[in-house]
Amino acid sequence: MSAPLLELKNITKRFPGVLALDDVSLSVERNEVVVLIGENGAGKSTLMKILGGVYQADAGEILYDGKKVTIRNVADALGLGIGFIHQELNVLDNLDVAANVFMGREPVWGGPLRLIDRGRIARQSETYLKKLGLEISPYALLRELSLAQQQMVEIAKALSQNARLIIMDEPTSSLTLSETERLLATVNDLRAHGVSVIYISHRLGEIGQIADRVVVLRDGRNAGDLARGQITHQNMVSLMVGRKLEDLYIHGKGPQQLRYFEVEGLRTTYRPQHRISFDVAGGEILGFAGLVGAGRSEMAQAVFGVELPLEDKLRLAGKELNIRGPRDAINAGIYLVPEDRRRTGLITEMTVRENITLPGLDRCAVWLLIRPDREKEVARRQVEALRVKTPSVEILAMNLSGGNQQKVVLAKWLSLDPKVIIFDEPTRGIDVGAKAEIYRLMRDLADRGVAIIMISSDMEEVIGVSDRIAVMHDGEITGFLKREQFSEQAIMHLAVGRGAS
Amino acid sequence: MKKEIGIIILLIALCTVTAILNPRFLGAANMQNMARLIGMYGIFSIGLGLVIISGGIDLSVGSVFALQGVVLAILLREWHWHWAVAVLASVSSVMVLGLFHGVMVARVRMQPFIVTLCGLLFYRGLARYIAHDETKGFGTEGFGMLRSLATGSIGPVPMPFVVLIVVAVISYIGLHRSVFGRYLYAVGRNEDAARYSGINSRFVILSAYVVSMLLVGVAGVLLAFYTNSISPANHGSFYELYGIAAAVLGGCSMRGGEGSILGIVIGTALLQVLQNLVNLLGIDSSLNFAVMGAVIFSGVLVDQILRSRSAKKIQKARSAA
Repeated sequence: MSAPLLELKNITKRFPGVLALDDVSLSVERNEVVVLIGENGAGKSTLMKILGGVYQADAGEILYDGKKVTIRNVADALGLGIGFIHQELNVLDNLDVAANVFMGREPVWGGPLRLIDRGRIARQSETYLKKLGLEISPYALLRELSLAQQQMVEIAKALSQNARLIIMDEPTSSLTLSETERLLATVNDLRAHGVSVIYISHRLGEIGQIADRVVVLRDGRNAGDLARGQITHQNMVSLMVGRKLEDLYIHGKGPQQLRYFEVEGLRTTYRPQHRISFDVAGGEILGFAGLVGAGRSEMAQAVFGVELPLEDKLRLAGKELNIRGPRDAINAGIYLVPEDRRRTGLITEMTVRENITLPGLDRCAVWLLIRPDREKEVARRQVEALRVKTPSVEILAMNLSGGNQQKVVLAKWLSLDPKVIIFDEPTRGIDVGAKAEIYRLMRDLADRGVAIIMISSDMEEVIGVSDRIAVMHDGEITGFLKREQFSEQAIMHLAVGRGAS
Repeated sequence: MKKEIGIIILLIALCTVTAILNPRFLGAANMQNMARLIGMYGIFSIGLGLVIISGGIDLSVGSVFALQGVVLAILLREWHWHWAVAVLASVSSVMVLGLFHGVMVARVRMQPFIVTLCGLLFYRGLARYIAHDETKGFGTEGFGMLRSLATGSIGPVPMPFVVLIVVAVISYIGLHRSVFGRYLYAVGRNEDAARYSGINSRFVILSAYVVSMLLVGVAGVLLAFYTNSISPANHGSFYELYGIAAAVLGGCSMRGGEGSILGIVIGTALLQVLQNLVNLLGIDSSLNFAVMGAVIFSGVLVDQILRSRSAKKIQKARSAA
């Protein structure tokens, strides 16, 4: 029996503060489609980045065709015959199909002039397009193609590089149903043509159609493999989840003022076909679970008014709100702690003081002139209350650690008068100690009667922190769970679109 | 303050060298003449600085001077408007141009470089057309008030310099002490984060263009009466570049969100001293631009080197921690 096409053996990868991969192994046979699944943060992307040479493993080895190899960059991977189709496509949409397929490997003529042999690349591209059953001209501009077609062009590119193994990272996340069917058929075709595939997906429903084997990662370790006959929804979910909660989490008084903040029929430009309705009680932490791309952040941005919704009805304590921008939301006491704190949460080149007072600067000003003493006092009080670790409030925000930056974002809002706070991935990239502090702050706020909405892709966090959980899938809420119904299985069922109606 | 120290030292060094090589540099006539020019250039450089801090740019300033000068001459000499009304009308029309640029940039989301580049071309052409490409002048009689603003003095201090001081003090308060100023920096640095903090970023950007044009309008009146005749093809040519240069020398970054009024004023002074130096030291005047270019380039280069060094230091300190 010959060696597998690819073997990753005992791969370990450590990032500062995190053990991303712990002794993970994965092998792919010739003509095999292996589906890799796991929760967000389970280590799938890290493993694939090691295969692509983006990261180097701290321990473990990679065997290809039975021989030990080192992959230092994407070119090394391509040289071995490994092609990547990323979730965010890697195409140049200002060029045509042929130019994309042969990008960086253009055959030339004309001696020193090095003119691109357009005819040749067009002819060769066409053969690969045909192989994939794609009826488009090699001269078509990429931007005129649908996302699914662009993806096919990427696959054609991988084939033209003689790829024997193609890695697809959530290829169907932005495809329609029929496009998904088409892609799955292509994957089966590839196998028939002797190409192996590693397929990463969150959509458990589609996996059965293509997988020869399912490999599950959990918390950076192998959680188990499923052979063809064992691939069921139930089996996959139970391998993906199943951890016990640590006692990081504090339970509070719980809901005080029912239906304090109500959102009715919210339609975002992101998924205009769905309406989102929910309500949060004062004192309650409502968790929003779901997979990446389920539309949770878009919901938050619409409520806060940064991306205006097509339609919505918001009520706070029974009073209807008309939010036409973040200023209106802030004036109503609705605040957002955004997902990307460096881009939207903070102005990193400004000081801690300037960041904290920015949304409520009027309160530190008389006649529109800032009173420096008053401003400093506000900033200092927040830094103390939240125990932000900084030598002074005059330090630039970019010089703080992630956890302390997050506290500064929170300090902006706590210096005002919060009624509803939406946290979008509040603990992403934050170490455990700071996490516990953020959870405590959230709970304190809730106990003071604030309604808290927490979007999180971290299962453990959603279950540990929330009083109630809303699960979203593809732009709509597929279900609400009460505390006694909390389980990772229950959430995962709803998150992959199995509504418990 | 820390940021301006470098350029202040450079200014003092240049003055010292020039004064040693040619003592006439310190003579009253030379000093007054320089102060007058610094006054006029400083006023519109501050305006440009505000736009640059907002993250934008304005290339149309020189052409606006030509258009405003021509219109002002026609209003006063041919239509015989009262001087106050004419000045008010011309300055407010210039502000309307700023409003237009601001709307295009902040609302329509066009790139400021393109919008104001088209302004540069359009206003220059319009000025020449209105004036039939002829030089328009203010003659030698009348308009005493306006003339004294441009060419008069209070004691030994030229009027334009006095105006600059007033403008600088007001802008200083507006930029460094007011809520609006803080918003301007915030929007210039990171418009998204500013929006997420509830700042109406469009309004802030738009205001920067309008206020900038107010200052351009004021400087334009002084310039018109300083030159006393407006040749529509040349009047104000390249002045936007003097303003941008002064702002950059003064610590403004083209990325936006950086710079100070003091820096811009010192930057303006530095440029004028440089021109003066070329004259006084008998350097071929055709080298004027070359000297300016070389000095600005080296200034920004040194600043860049120092900055990347301190950034590296911070990184080292962080990774060690």
